[in-house]
Amino acid sequence: MVNGIDSAKTKSFYEEGTTKKSSGLASWLFSTDHKRIGLMYLVTISVFFCVGAIFGILMRLELMSPGETIMKAETYNSFFTLHGVIMIFLFIIPGIPAVFGNFFLPLQIGAKDVAFPRINLLSYWIYIIGASLVLLSLLIPGGAIDTGWTFYIPYSVRSGSNISLAIFAAFVLGFSSILTGLNFITTVHRMRAPGMTWFRMPLFVWATYATAWIQIIATPVIAITILLVILERFFGVGIFDPALGGDPILFQHMFWIYSHPAVYIMILPAMGVVSEIIPTFARRTIFGYKAIAMSSLAIAFVGYLVWAHHMFTSGMSDTARWIFSLLTFIVALPSGVKVFNWVATMYKGSIDPKPPFLWVMSFIVLFSIGGLTGLVVGSLATDIHLHDTYFVVAHFHYVMFGGTGTIFFAALYYWFPKMFGKMYNIKVASLGVLFFFISFNLLYFPKFILGYMGMPRRYYDYLPQFADLQLISTIGSWLMGLTLILIITNIVSAIIKGKKSEENPWGGVTLEWHTSSPPPLENFEVIPEVKHEPYDFSQLEEMKHGS
Amino acid sequence: MAHNEHTAATEQHVHRDDVGARMGMWLFLFTEILLFGGMFLVYAVYRYQYPDQFLLAGMELNTTIGAINTIILITSSLTVALSIAALQKDNKFLSILMLVITIFFAFLFMVNKYFEWTAKIDHGIYPGSEQMLEKQNGEILFFGLYYIMTGLHGLHIIIGIVILSVILMFIVKDKITSTNLVKLENSGLYWHLVDLIWIFLFPLFYLIQ
Ligand code: HEM
Repeated sequence: MVNGIDSAKTKSFYEEGTTKKSSGLASWLFSTDHKRIGLMYLVTISVFFCVGAIFGILMRLELMSPGETIMKAETYNSFFTLHGVIMIFLFIIPGIPAVFGNFFLPLQIGAKDVAFPRINLLSYWIYIIGASLVLLSLLIPGGAIDTGWTFYIPYSVRSGSNISLAIFAAFVLGFSSILTGLNFITTVHRMRAPGMTWFRMPLFVWATYATAWIQIIATPVIAITILLVILERFFGVGIFDPALGGDPILFQHMFWIYSHPAVYIMILPAMGVVSEIIPTFARRTIFGYKAIAMSSLAIAFVGYLVWAHHMFTSGMSDTARWIFSLLTFIVALPSGVKVFNWVATMYKGSIDPKPPFLWVMSFIVLFSIGGLTGLVVGSLATDIHLHDTYFVVAHFHYVMFGGTGTIFFAALYYWFPKMFGKMYNIKVASLGVLFFFISFNLLYFPKFILGYMGMPRRYYDYLPQFADLQLISTIGSWLMGLTLILIITNIVSAIIKGKKSEENPWGGVTLEWHTSSPPPLENFEVIPEVKHEPYDFSQLEEMKHGS
Repeated sequence: MAHNEHTAATEQHVHRDDVGARMGMWLFLFTEILLFGGMFLVYAVYRYQYPDQFLLAGMELNTTIGAINTIILITSSLTVALSIAALQKDNKFLSILMLVITIFFAFLFMVNKYFEWTAKIDHGIYPGSEQMLEKQNGEILFFGLYYIMTGLHGLHIIIGIVILSVILMFIVKDKITSTNLVKLENSGLYWHLVDLIWIFLFPLFYLIQ
């Protein structure tokens, strides 16, 4: 089961591929190896993240002082739309499942690959096609999409910009998401190694599994909604057009029936990663394993029933609003279950504050702020005041960027030695977390106050009394830019010239640490037989001595 | 530990798991149901809002063509099932024959659909036309939904024709055989789903009058 020592002799998946040639571009683009596909996603998604971040920093530059600073109002409209579309559809939704799910789900359950390796490659290609369509919609005449990432009717039907193409891209990306989800569910059901019972699965697997279900159940609804908008633009069918008897609010319902569960597509895998990192660095088995696993499923389920809390001000009966508000509070419960279990895991553990763990600490703080302010906008009375203000902008950056974005980095820093067999500079990495935390709060905390004071979102201009806080936030965005450069160069330079890492630098015990780093093509020399609970650190000694 | 020479690894990488393949297909069909489910939801909302006008508009649809198409699709569902059964019993010829008949029925369905749609369009009933805009809101929505839902369904029939033709070629070339027919079975499942959706579309548009 353990082969830390003689693994030096076996070939890693870098040296051996599923295609005829084992190196060169084609050996990557046509590889059905889940590890190579995961790495391709990593590169592509990181590039889009950087593009999105550049849009964000440019927007902040515009907002540095009142009035027109560097761009016109129309350009600003396109910028926040593109920023939103790229960050949501190209970065945060596929993010953790496509990169780390692909790479580690099979490893963690002791499988050779996912259930449908070719469909896995297909879904990567579909992702690329969708992403190219987004970029194409910028270049062709007509103008870049300017509706905001929510594509609300009626503006999205009336606007002259290239909306049909851009939302068709979202449709295509949905396909990729569905295929990945379908693949993961089947993999978890069919490919677990002997002895890997459901309750011995690592929590990251549970989280990815629950996410896959949401992907499958929610995505078709956005697909049909997008189709309806496109048809509406071309043929004027009238489904959402009040002049023809249709109902624009129906669009909002259908949009959020997908997009709210999509919020859990974004956060659940991140919570899974946290549940991996904390036990490893606290050297203690996770507290409340079953509670955490089940709370993932609970979030997946209740997450369906809360969509209309995005629409408290759109016109709904009071009863409906009351019920949706109540349900929204209920989702906080399973999230709370997780946070308490994580903290209980750390209690009396022997904590080793390495960079991945520091990322998780930063996550817990930022995500808690995001989550608690979520309750503020989830309550009816306060939401009427805060809806569509900067308070909301701050809130969702705290949950998405501070939550999932942070964990994307945590996962990268945690599994980096496994993926590349090398190690980055630990000191620089720890500093990176610290700088990230500071610049993040500088960038977004002022937005809470701005929103409370009444600064509406999606405006390129503002009243003079907002100027000070806006300036602080812009300075924060520069620091954030520098920090991101630091974080990313640390990784890139480690890939190019990093020192060889130990086989198991953090002392993890889940299955991915039972094979060599980087793993061989089929992941394990011998399919492992699982005899332990996932976070049973008594195996560590045994693993060190080899089989 | 180097238990296999690594040249063999490439072939080993492709593994076969029929149960898994079937499971994947069911999951996919589930997403299809949800896709159409969104449309049925919209239909329900507007039918509830404009019950009388939906009734009125429904009378303009040709129940006979609808019924013929229903019979065609149900029969084709039977033939595809027979094709699978035949191949299981190693009767390649019968299996091919049944699949050809299925594809033929699918074409027939589309031909009927073509005549039905063109007749409507000739009468000026299509989204955005002048005649349409004179109608009441509920009727406009009814025909809008009619075109979208039967159109989306028709698209699925066309995709089905492509899939079944590819499968047909595989059977002819012995790439799908009695011991390895999960691809045929999965295509059959898809075809049943397309049939099933029609079974709901037909009464909702043609029969409630
Ligand atoms: C360098 C980092 C970032 C900066 C400087 C930044 C800045 C901004 C700014 C200034 C806005 C526009 C606010 C408005 O005028 O209403 C915005 C909107 C938005 N941001 Fe970010 N952001 C960053 C990262 C992210 C990340 C990582 C995500 C998602 C994971 C994200 C998601 C969004 C979304 C969804 C919107 C709303 C777009 C819309 O209104 O349609 N941002 N961001």
